[in-house]
Amino acid sequence: MQLYEKTAYELRELLLKKEISAVELTNSFIERIESVEQDVGSYVTLTKDKALEKAKQVDEKIARGEELPPLAGIPMGLKDNISTLGVRTTCSSKMLENYIPPYDATVVEKLDEAEAVMLGKLNMDEFAMGSSTETSYFGPTKNPWDIRAVPGGSSGGPAAAVAAGEAVFALGSDTGGSIRQPASFCGVVGLKPTYGLVSRYGLLAYASSLDQIGTFTKDVTDCALVLQQIAGYDPKDSTSVSKEVPNYLDVLKKDIKGLRIGVPKELFAAGLSQDVEKAVKEAIAKYEELGATVEEMSMPHAMYALPVYYVIGPAECSSNFARFDGVRYGYRNKDAEDLVSMYIKTRSEGFGAEVKRRIMVGTYVLSSGCYEAYYLKALKVRTLIKQDYERAFENYDLLLTPTTTSIAFKFGEKTDNLISMYLNDVCTVTANLAGVPAISIPCGFSKGLPIGLQLIAKPFAESTLLSAAYAFESCTDYHQKRPQLGGK
Amino acid sequence: MSEYEAVIGLEVHAELKTKTKIFCSCPTTFGGAPNTHVCPICLGLPGTLPVFNKKVLEYAVKAGLALNCSINSYSKFDRKNYYYPDLAKNFQTSQYDLPIAKDGYLDIEVAGQTKRIRINRVHMEEDAGKLVHSGDTISSSSSSLVDYNRAGVPLIEIVSEPDLSSPEEAKAYMELLKSVLEYTGVSDCKMEEGSLRCDANISIRPKGSTKLGTKTEIKNMNSFKALQKALEYEIGRQIQVIEEGGRIIQETRSWDEALGITVSMRSKEEAHDYRYFPEPDLAPILIDEEWLETIKKSIPELPQARKKRLVEDLGLPSYDAEVITSSKSLADFFDAAVKEYSDAKTVANWVMGELLRLLNANNQSIDETLIRPENLAELLKLIDKGTISGKIAKQVFEEMFTTGKTPDTIIKEQGLIQISDESAILTIVDQVIEANPKSVEDVKNGKEKAIGFLVGQVMKATKGKANPGLVNKLLRDRLI
Ligand SMILES: [Zn+2]
Repeated sequence: MQLYEKTAYELRELLLKKEISAVELTNSFIERIESVEQDVGSYVTLTKDKALEKAKQVDEKIARGEELPPLAGIPMGLKDNISTLGVRTTCSSKMLENYIPPYDATVVEKLDEAEAVMLGKLNMDEFAMGSSTETSYFGPTKNPWDIRAVPGGSSGGPAAAVAAGEAVFALGSDTGGSIRQPASFCGVVGLKPTYGLVSRYGLLAYASSLDQIGTFTKDVTDCALVLQQIAGYDPKDSTSVSKEVPNYLDVLKKDIKGLRIGVPKELFAAGLSQDVEKAVKEAIAKYEELGATVEEMSMPHAMYALPVYYVIGPAECSSNFARFDGVRYGYRNKDAEDLVSMYIKTRSEGFGAEVKRRIMVGTYVLSSGCYEAYYLKALKVRTLIKQDYERAFENYDLLLTPTTTSIAFKFGEKTDNLISMYLNDVCTVTANLAGVPAISIPCGFSKGLPIGLQLIAKPFAESTLLSAAYAFESCTDYHQKRPQLGGK
Repeated sequence: MSEYEAVIGLEVHAELKTKTKIFCSCPTTFGGAPNTHVCPICLGLPGTLPVFNKKVLEYAVKAGLALNCSINSYSKFDRKNYYYPDLAKNFQTSQYDLPIAKDGYLDIEVAGQTKRIRINRVHMEEDAGKLVHSGDTISSSSSSLVDYNRAGVPLIEIVSEPDLSSPEEAKAYMELLKSVLEYTGVSDCKMEEGSLRCDANISIRPKGSTKLGTKTEIKNMNSFKALQKALEYEIGRQIQVIEEGGRIIQETRSWDEALGITVSMRSKEEAHDYRYFPEPDLAPILIDEEWLETIKKSIPELPQARKKRLVEDLGLPSYDAEVITSSKSLADFFDAAVKEYSDAKTVANWVMGELLRLLNANNQSIDETLIRPENLAELLKLIDKGTISGKIAKQVFEEMFTTGKTPDTIIKEQGLIQISDESAILTIVDQVIEANPKSVEDVKNGKEKAIGFLVGQVMKATKGKANPGLVNKLLRDRLI
């Protein structure tokens, strides 16, 4: 097995046994990126020099016999909406093409303390708006399993990079499914933690009340390992929750016998492709074999989740994105003759079509006369969806759904039909509205493309999520499959 | 034009004097080189998040209580969306439908009449930065620079009901509001530094009518005097428009201090739709009852209660009490002096006379003065004892003001002790009688006034140190 195919805990063993050095490891990933990047296109910015410098520091620590933090020397990548001091953070937008932040996001500081090695910044749908990474200003990322297929979005870069061995793990963000859907399309493990478990400080906000930073890893053990490093209260984020973080690795192997799993019929219905349905039903059978009880149940308001999401998300973004006006940083139209024309030209030229569409929708639903009919109503339905979850978790430990209704689609297939693009989020978006944690794990293949299984738990029950995911993973081998890229 | 009456409501912004800004730890200090009191948060850099400064809550609650408001046990922040370069995020974090405090009042006094002015609400928000234009306005300038030092300085906005009926009432309300905020210790209330700002909503209607007329909003009034003058002008303007058969347009007008007029800024058609919605990055504010009690206890005696005490307990005339309690520091000075010297009226005379005169002449505030209140009391005791005359006392007071020395030290250093030794004064009295035969003749002929001249001559010869009462007595003894 190649180094780039290994997990973080496997590579850590090699580092601890001094079979490889951190610099060698980093170099092997740089080589891997150089050989497959033209096919995959995961990265927006590479930070080779910084990465090698960090790796060298880790090697010095090893040489001095110092204790190694859990992710020391492990090469990774960050979605390009996570603020990195001195490294441009573009959100894959022309607007921020040359924006270099003067500060690190809290998760970046935490990974730095854990001595992880950042290889670069990863591609995404512009400002995290999209389900295919096709709206990136820098061009799309391709699915490593079939480069004619999309990697999903908006965190297409992080998902593809981990799948293609261009990073051991990656961080992304999930607002309506932006981690789980690409994880599903690329056959990796994607976790969206509970809202408030991981600090959002330094995550360039799309929709503040929905956004959450999460992980992309090759398996569930790595997921627990990385989550352990980034979870926890942050005084810089008032929405992060002050709560002790459990040891996720300790609970991984917990027996799931007697676990009560609910399958919401509303998220298992119309539009589900046969191959996905078959794979998920097999997964359900597996869980029953493992001693869990699985029951169909109802989430009566789930059908309203998409319209609610497409009101609240744009509303918050219309306000969050107002700061991109050409005054202080980012793109500015140089020909504007007065303030208002500078605003208009800068924003017309700096934002792509999908971003402008959502800003307009958001501005509309907040405007006087529309607020009650759209925004306020959406907030009320959001509460109903939350209550659906509260009721569900009185009877079940976990909910199980497909992550997406189909395998990865082809480029251009949905760009002309936005509604069908938006429908992609149907299974994932409720978790964001309710703030609950959810994970996508590989559960099969169809036509050479991966299928994802989604598990949802109650707030801060990541341990339940991880042990259930680990139990499934332990008796399947989907997570061990690796894509063959360009015969290299 | 007595057939019209004005309907005025004021929106007052006061900067809270917390050490750090409302959502980050930058200092709130006034001034400083441009963009030196800033960080990624108050610059609104992408990805940053606000963290609410609990001191701001404490100050806002204090202000609310001092303004007789009820405190909302559940309150929240909202975003007020509008584009302007001094606003780093292009939205202002403010409070919309659930302000921290509501339903208060202030009782103002105008021409001996007390009137209750209701306060609709007090809410918290962040201040914006400052624009510096190369020309006069943003549209006539080739370039503009932005200083974000002020961005994120905490503000409270205090919105009155339209209960004010004249510019005098508006001014009285504003003055009382200022002193309440000062007393509570939540704001410096310096209008000249912009830490207290005021906008007015104003309309007119026929006297006796209950229907509200169309209102205009007046901005840019930077002093109490400007407030009064602007409102007087605007009332006149509105009356004229209506008398000439016109209609008042709902609009925002700016007070032009130099021209003494209000000028149209924008009409309602161009008015903003602020698209308020709840700030998702901040948790709602829940008020703990126990905490609220401790804040209630920390509120000092407020200007009106203090004024009442000065009148009723110390016997000061209402006017004196008003002047002294208009500033908390001045009233504190007064109270401290009265503690050492119980004749309150005499203390009041000195505070309102000599002290305020010197402060004004030297452009000083009471907080900066070197004079200690106990030293004023000491000075007054020295007058009573006859150690110095009242006239010399004023001279000593000036020296105290300049140097901060005690009266005792100054008197000793300058040899100012009053001459009350009869034989010493008599010698001089005789010299003066000898040198002024004409005046002596006048006195003997019954011209009372001439005796004043002779007293003056004695005082002059003793450099003011002679006891004037004694001089008068001795002269009379000799001549009459
Ligand atoms: Zn700051």
